[in-house]
Amino acid sequence: MEGGTAAAQLDTGRQEMDSAVVRFAGDSGDGMQLTGSQFTQATALAGNDLATFPDFPAEIRAPVGTTFGVSAFQINFGARQIRTSGDELDVLIAMNPAALKVNLEDVRKGGLVIVDTGSFTDKNFRKAGYESDPLEDGSVDGFRVLKIDMSRLTMESVKEFGLSQKEGLRSKNMWALGLVYWLFDRDTEVTANWLKGKFAKRPDIANANIGAMMAGHAFGETAEMPEEITTHVIPPANIKPGLYRAVTGSDAMAWGLCAGSQLAGTEMLFAGYPITPASALLHALAPLKDFNITTFQAEDEIAAVCAAIGGSYAGALGITSSSGPGIALKGEAIGLAVAVELPLIIVNSQRGGPSTGLPTKTEQSDLYQAVYGRNGDTPLAVVSCSGPGDAFHAAIEACRIATKYMTPVMLLTDGYINNASEPWLIPDMADFEPFPVTYRTDPENFQPFSRDEFLARPWVKPGTPGLMHRIGGIEKDYTSGNISYDAMNHQRMTDVRRDKILNIANDIPEQAVELGNDSGKLAVLGWGSTYGPINRAVANLREDGVDVSHIHLRHIWPLPRNLGDLLGQYDQVLIPEMNDGQLITVIRSEYLIDAIPLNKVTGKPFKINEIENAVHGAIDN
Amino acid sequence: MTVQTAPEKLLPKDYATDQEVRWCPGCGDYAILKAVQKTLAEIEADPANTVFISGIGCAARFPYYMETYGFHTIHGRAPAFATGIKLANPDLDVWVVGGDGDGLSIGGNHTMHAIRRNVDITYLLFNNEIYGLTKGQYSPTSRLGTRSPSTPHGSIDSPVSALQFALGANARFVARGIDRRIDHLPGLLAKSHAHKGCSFVEIIQNCIVYNDGAFEHFTEKDVKAENQVEVEHGQPIIWGADGNKALQFDAKTFKLEVVTIGENGVTEADVLVHDEKNRLLAQMIAAMEPPHFPIAIGVLFNDPDDFSYEQAVHAQNDMVKQNAKHAGDMNALLRSGATWTVT
Ligand code: SF4
Repeated sequence: MEGGTAAAQLDTGRQEMDSAVVRFAGDSGDGMQLTGSQFTQATALAGNDLATFPDFPAEIRAPVGTTFGVSAFQINFGARQIRTSGDELDVLIAMNPAALKVNLEDVRKGGLVIVDTGSFTDKNFRKAGYESDPLEDGSVDGFRVLKIDMSRLTMESVKEFGLSQKEGLRSKNMWALGLVYWLFDRDTEVTANWLKGKFAKRPDIANANIGAMMAGHAFGETAEMPEEITTHVIPPANIKPGLYRAVTGSDAMAWGLCAGSQLAGTEMLFAGYPITPASALLHALAPLKDFNITTFQAEDEIAAVCAAIGGSYAGALGITSSSGPGIALKGEAIGLAVAVELPLIIVNSQRGGPSTGLPTKTEQSDLYQAVYGRNGDTPLAVVSCSGPGDAFHAAIEACRIATKYMTPVMLLTDGYINNASEPWLIPDMADFEPFPVTYRTDPENFQPFSRDEFLARPWVKPGTPGLMHRIGGIEKDYTSGNISYDAMNHQRMTDVRRDKILNIANDIPEQAVELGNDSGKLAVLGWGSTYGPINRAVANLREDGVDVSHIHLRHIWPLPRNLGDLLGQYDQVLIPEMNDGQLITVIRSEYLIDAIPLNKVTGKPFKINEIENAVHGAIDN
Repeated sequence: MTVQTAPEKLLPKDYATDQEVRWCPGCGDYAILKAVQKTLAEIEADPANTVFISGIGCAARFPYYMETYGFHTIHGRAPAFATGIKLANPDLDVWVVGGDGDGLSIGGNHTMHAIRRNVDITYLLFNNEIYGLTKGQYSPTSRLGTRSPSTPHGSIDSPVSALQFALGANARFVARGIDRRIDHLPGLLAKSHAHKGCSFVEIIQNCIVYNDGAFEHFTEKDVKAENQVEVEHGQPIIWGADGNKALQFDAKTFKLEVVTIGENGVTEADVLVHDEKNRLLAQMIAAMEPPHFPIAIGVLFNDPDDFSYEQAVHAQNDMVKQNAKHAGDMNALLRSGATWTVT
């Protein structure tokens, strides 16, 4: 498992820990996401490595106090490399009974539960579905519980700022944050500065929030705590030197797309339609107009992809983004982009399906859709990212392939990656090799569907003199691009469309082993956001002497050219996926390898021990 | 700017490709194709800067026959492609061509939004009141009771009026022409093209195979004078074989009336004068149809906005760019906000 390992008692009375997992949980109106991201900042500045997991309710404004209105933010931080947001909680902050009800099962035995007793009322018990007071009826037996009337203490701390009861109570999250800062010896200054900036126009609110935070911190320092409440210190992690920032997957993806279009030397037309959890990308790109980006909120998903293709046709790099249901709507147009061979990037922020499914919960169940999900023989490239910071690099790779091969590229991310944040070693753009596009301008011997050595056809901007031509979705003649219903020509076009995409395998790195050896008893093969738990599980197992390795895919289609041989070097291959078994079907069909599935669709990432157990189950039998 | 000056004046035939035109013999599309080619020659359009975008349907084959840039896309979505093209390169001269099924059924949503956004395109909607390419099913503009393979007992849903729909979507320019009026169509197309913003043009088109004669009650020689009226901004709305039929507006009933000049004391001074900036009037004229009224052709509404959509987008982009913090410097963007150094 990851997180929650105590090391030594220090002179300060603080216990040194290797890592800890903390979850802030409350009503969706309680500001838990904000509290969590502040704690993340402070923790990053303290030099710990970390990973976070924000978990929002599906409803925008669920009824106050209900279990389906609970919003949570989890952070795992430590003095060592952190790869997941953690399996079990060391500390749970529950701002109301519903938050306790939903989250208690994730707290490790003996873990610390901090509750705001001010909200533990009969009415709230009923709303949360408790028959009696859970703090008294044995529900929290086996945990260390710190009961504090945070509501009252918050009101007292903000009295001097003259806010209304309602406004004053809003600072409750900051009071809780102050207490947790005390618990882990964190600096309150970052948050104080941030509050001053955020409420620059309402200094009374800024001061109330700061006051509440300081009061929470002071409470920890001065109040007489029960003996079993220990404070902790987590020393800085040994991480690669350099300049860091915290980054979410959707920000990194947005920046990667910007960087990619700069490296390609194109303008970008990004067209999207609001959908959870993909909208964040549109929001992140919309302000970046100085990067030669035009963003367009289309009337629907279909219009978004069509406008993006129109943009590519006119010489910009067309990008569209959505989640599964929206990608389904775009299918026909993506097929057109394959047929007319124009660059296009389709970002899919995967979420639980089928249909509307679970919009706010993460899943990896659109792999079939990405690789196969169109009418006809319609191949395209599929690239995937494995974490927030990695989204930047995956986006650049998608831009490179789309422009070099004149093809749509499906770029897979998921709701977890989009929302999660991690410390990120900021890359230097000078380290990236540019891949400038060339637009055809020479009318000499021009044929719209002639091909270069990569089988890519020329990119011609309308407006170029002498190169007027027509393209469309009807099958085209192999070179002239004129309509052709000729049977052998269709065979030839189908073949070349396939070969063009398969050839990309010669232009991507051979598959490397992420962790472990390039042969052995078992390889865990993953893709996307399962990276963290797989990597940690494999690291743990290897420490215990288990012969297991981790292989993680960036390129889902085409697959790296050595992948079949590499997987063949292991006795067994385990494929954990947050779906019902999709990559495994592709691997079986491509390489006839009888891999072992490990599937989970609970809307939560894999736990490390789930993967460890599966590895043991395979090896020990 | 990518505008190129053509070396010498091109002729209509210079805008035609070498591709064999594949519409049914006698299809109204031929006349429209000729009219468009004639218009482009007249307005001296630069073929390299001209783009024809279409969806799916008989009309959508149009781009293949134009020696310009062309993109035959998917059913109903041509306006969305055109929007993307104009956003990426506002200097291109973009025409959208589609039929009634394409533009008002499967693509009704995109038509509406291209119009209300006021994307600078010239949208030619060929209305033949039938699905031709799929062999004759009734369409969203088919009149009530239309018998077709999918409605053997007659259609029972009311049709949409293309121009009223466009005006309802806040179109700044709507016009109507007729395939058989090749004398009138090129001039109309030139005016439509001259309007900056979305110009929406309905062209009544006869499908000789699946809906032949659908418009003969106002297109045939013997009836056309009585059943067509050409509206012109600032001119009284008058028609008829004797040139004495006229429109009058009854303010009490808020209705249009057909009157005869010289009868019941009606003089030319009583006749309604067409005002192309009056949206309400345009709605009323667009709704007119025989037998009670003539069908109106010409520019029904023309009230250009100061900016087209893509102009406004780029103006905003430029404004933001001027005040942008990072001025396109990726390294600066990546290093903005809270950062820390690990040593
Ligand atoms: S089916 Fe009708 S509309 Fe289509 S080409 Fe033939 S005549 Fe023209």
